[in-house]
Amino acid sequence: MIRTTPFHERTAAANVSGLWEHWSGYLVARKYDQSEKFEYFAIRNSAGLFDSSPLYKYRIHGPDAEAFLAGALARDVRTCAVGHGQYTAWLDDRGYVVEDGVIFRNAVDDYLLTSAEPNFAYFDALIGRARVTIEDVSEASAVLSIQGPKSREILACLAPEVAGLPYFGLTAATIGGADVTISRTGFTGDLGYEIWVPGDQALAVWDAVTEASEGRGVLPIGSIALDMARIEAGLLLLDVDFQSSRFAWTDAHRSTLIELGLGWMVRDLAADGRAFIGRAAIERELRDRTSRWKLTGLVFDWRDYDRHFDEAGLIPPKDHTPIDAEYYIYDDSGNQLGYATSQMYSPMLQRHIALARVPLDLAKPGTRVKMELAVSHRYEYFDAVVTRLPLYNPDRRTA
Amino acid sequence: MAKTKTPAPAARPASNGSSGSANGTDPITNLPDRRAGERTYDAIVIGGGHNGLVNGAYLAKNGLKTLILERRHLVGGAAITEELRPGFWFTTFSYALSLLRPEIIHDLELTKHGFMPLLMPSTFAPMENGDYLLLGQDHGENLREIARHSRHDADAYEAFNHDVLRVCRAIKPLLDQVPPDIFSTDPEELIALATLGSRFQSMDRKVVHDAVRLLTGSAADFLDDYFESEILKGYLASSSIIGTKVGPYSQGSGLVLLYHLLGEHDGEFGSWAFHKQGNGGFTKVLARAAQAFGAEIALESPVERVITKDGRATGVALIDGTEFHAPVVVSALDPRRTFLELVDPRELPTDLVDAIERFRFQGTSAKVNFALDGAPRYPALGDRTDQFRGFTNIGPSMEYLERAYDDAKYGWYSKRPYIDGAIQSTIDPDMAPPGKHVMSTFIQYAPYHLKGSDWDAEKERFGDTVQATLESFFPGFGDLVLQREIRTPLDIERTVGLSEGNIFGGEFLAPQMWLFRPAPGWSQYRTPIDGYYQCGSGTHPGGCVMGAPGKLAAGQILKDRARRGSTARTKVGAGA
Ligand SMILES: Cc1cc2nc3c(=O)[nH]c(=O)nc-3n(C[C@H](O)[C@H](O)[C@H](O)COP(=O)(O)OP(=O)(O)OC[C@H]3O[C@@H](n4cnc5c(N)ncnc54)[C@H](O)[C@@H]3O)c2cc1C
Repeated sequence: MIRTTPFHERTAAANVSGLWEHWSGYLVARKYDQSEKFEYFAIRNSAGLFDSSPLYKYRIHGPDAEAFLAGALARDVRTCAVGHGQYTAWLDDRGYVVEDGVIFRNAVDDYLLTSAEPNFAYFDALIGRARVTIEDVSEASAVLSIQGPKSREILACLAPEVAGLPYFGLTAATIGGADVTISRTGFTGDLGYEIWVPGDQALAVWDAVTEASEGRGVLPIGSIALDMARIEAGLLLLDVDFQSSRFAWTDAHRSTLIELGLGWMVRDLAADGRAFIGRAAIERELRDRTSRWKLTGLVFDWRDYDRHFDEAGLIPPKDHTPIDAEYYIYDDSGNQLGYATSQMYSPMLQRHIALARVPLDLAKPGTRVKMELAVSHRYEYFDAVVTRLPLYNPDRRTA
Repeated sequence: MAKTKTPAPAARPASNGSSGSANGTDPITNLPDRRAGERTYDAIVIGGGHNGLVNGAYLAKNGLKTLILERRHLVGGAAITEELRPGFWFTTFSYALSLLRPEIIHDLELTKHGFMPLLMPSTFAPMENGDYLLLGQDHGENLREIARHSRHDADAYEAFNHDVLRVCRAIKPLLDQVPPDIFSTDPEELIALATLGSRFQSMDRKVVHDAVRLLTGSAADFLDDYFESEILKGYLASSSIIGTKVGPYSQGSGLVLLYHLLGEHDGEFGSWAFHKQGNGGFTKVLARAAQAFGAEIALESPVERVITKDGRATGVALIDGTEFHAPVVVSALDPRRTFLELVDPRELPTDLVDAIERFRFQGTSAKVNFALDGAPRYPALGDRTDQFRGFTNIGPSMEYLERAYDDAKYGWYSKRPYIDGAIQSTIDPDMAPPGKHVMSTFIQYAPYHLKGSDWDAEKERFGDTVQATLESFFPGFGDLVLQREIRTPLDIERTVGLSEGNIFGGEFLAPQMWLFRPAPGWSQYRTPIDGYYQCGSGTHPGGCVMGAPGKLAAGQILKDRARRGSTARTKVGAGA
């Protein structure tokens, strides 16, 4: 039977839409009420509460933990101070991305790694003789994410510690009588926090946070609103924007770190002597320029978009519901250049946008490409402009 | 950490989407020095309402050194948001967004400056018997809700929407085009007319007929063709009287209805949004965009007159005597001020002066804004407050609206007025302290000319009438009121400058629209005075926070400049 998260009693009461989905074996709300767009605006204008409990969580600790992770993860975990976290990825030895996640450093030799899919065996197999223990603590804590411009002031009423918490910082706190850990992280590209709480105290935290949010326009948000926010923020989703190299059938379904636009994680390669998995491949890729494409943002030309539909006698649809499917990108002569993996109409940007892969020589911001979309049962070619990610990036996210 | 820190929002004037600065704490600061230095510009715009700002922004974007002169201490005109009580932000006049032309959002890059139209997830129409019509974002649920009132009206609502959408699709391009000049023999104008004619020719007959029925007929006739439910008709007909001295049974109300259905928001016709921090939040976004393109905005700079020389505009003089010079002067005020106050009517053709004197304003709308200690309660919905996340429409039947109009016909304000309520604080936390609310109520009818009395005398009694009506729908409403702000048509005229308090800068009547707005032969934003242009709501396509007049006028100014530039060049060439 499908599992429910520790917040279920509250999310079930709040979800009057009756729309749920299965995420990693758990029941989570798609939207709570009639409008996912309304929930999305809570993220951008107030704050949204999202139940991220289904994430996989691994505690990795022991005297060799730092050295172990420095070799297992692409981003240099040694630069992650105690009380901080890092968005990271792990690669195979050909430089293809296995998965991504956030790693938190709770103590010098004690880390917590999150991932979307199970990775226990993967990391366990890498331990060898290192003095490291990996524990699956996925069920030990529930995670309540609060995302949006008001998240800081609301949470600070409950936990003054967050007032000065830096981007990707981590702090212990007490909320609703529960001992929690708060990280300044999230999947919306906005100011936001995640509260990590033992499952049996989850409801107390939900209640305290909802009470503190009273009258401030805060809403529980479902997966659709989250998806909208993450596309604007250029945050990648496993099995939508990329596949795990472990389980892909061919290299056409694998992506390197550089190709995904995450090369900044290994920006300081020259200064960093780590021997991590995939390093040699990255160096080769950079040296020989073998990247097949780069994942970037696309912003549609709105005039051209409207024209296609106007000419077909239709009202141009401005549907914000994300489409997590492939669409193909062409040059003016009809040669296929790449493909898009996520697209939507962005209410904040007032444009249709997409996350897409294009060849390196076309990845320069400002380059014009064509995307194939169906209008009146036939394909037409829409003008779009390559745009640097994130497409929406408010200062408050990191400030 | 590897990630570099970006400076705090406060350190940056215009931040991408950050709402922190939306609270009105970012005044327009670059006042030009009036005493010394540069007082010569390429273009001067009189009036910092939204149309003046749009116009100035387009001119600046196209390289003109532009000065926008605003009489008051803040920009926005009718579209302002003011903190009248600490923590309570009132949308003093205009309160929602829909007709804004999408092109302007893109051309002026408004999303970079904080443009944020918040979705209104519901519309609430209370009834006098305690029942209600509550429409939301779920199409299927809406049809069930309508069926609760009339089984017939559920699919009739679909048919109505479909027919109206087809009309909107057909009419919409007119909002984005300079009206043709049917009196001109200029080949360019004849081509424009022919293009327009062929467009109509290719339209479906029913669409053309529906359009004409809406543009000339009454909302009641149109709605009666589809519906039987009083509440549904009352709700829809409410959009047919806004800002205009007509009742739903009057011929001409169809035009006002159509205008309101023509608005669009994220591609959805007839859909309205609250801009972040109200319509004043929106005009601040416009001001930031105009400044980003290089326009200068001067506050507290009331213009007394346009300076002319040999039939040409050469600049403006402020009331304090300061003069600014420019070959292009644009009035973003209403037609009465543009033609009868800013310039000497003796400089204008008599037929134009006559037409403007006949141009009907007769404002009939007022505002009463409340600071509330909590959300009102509607007995049938118990403790629910989510019904207030969009408009609250108090116009439960066409008869209710028509009776409200009856009072106005004979020179008095409605004893039981039509009320369009909006509690933006239910979805925008920066409008009021947590748990408290600001409620904007737009009222009709409140005729500018009261028979046997005046607005200064009637103001409070009028406020009491409105509050009593609200009390009758929301028992206990009065106990929630912390503060009440009454804005009569006279206040609108005095504060914003809109003549007779007409919210659209001139009534929405067929003889005052399109080719005839504001006067026959003068619908293309020019005036008989060379270099003097008009871009306020009294020009096509009219009032509402639409921006189209400002934008279309800028297009004409730029076109004229290009023409003049090329003739100048030709002359130089010929001389050489
Ligand atoms: C009560 C009310 C409610 C409304 N509600 C809505 C709504 O919800 N949605 C909507 O779309 N529309 C609404 N409208 C209509 C809409 O707000 C107006 O049509 C529009 O804002 C007018 O814009 P404008 O720029 O043409 O003129 P204005 O906003 O009138 O701007 C003119 C500006 O010129 C300035 N000025 C005047 N004289 C001088 C001078 N001599 N020198 C320098 N400056 C001068 C004024 O101070 C003002 O700032 C409403 C209007 C009112 C009054």
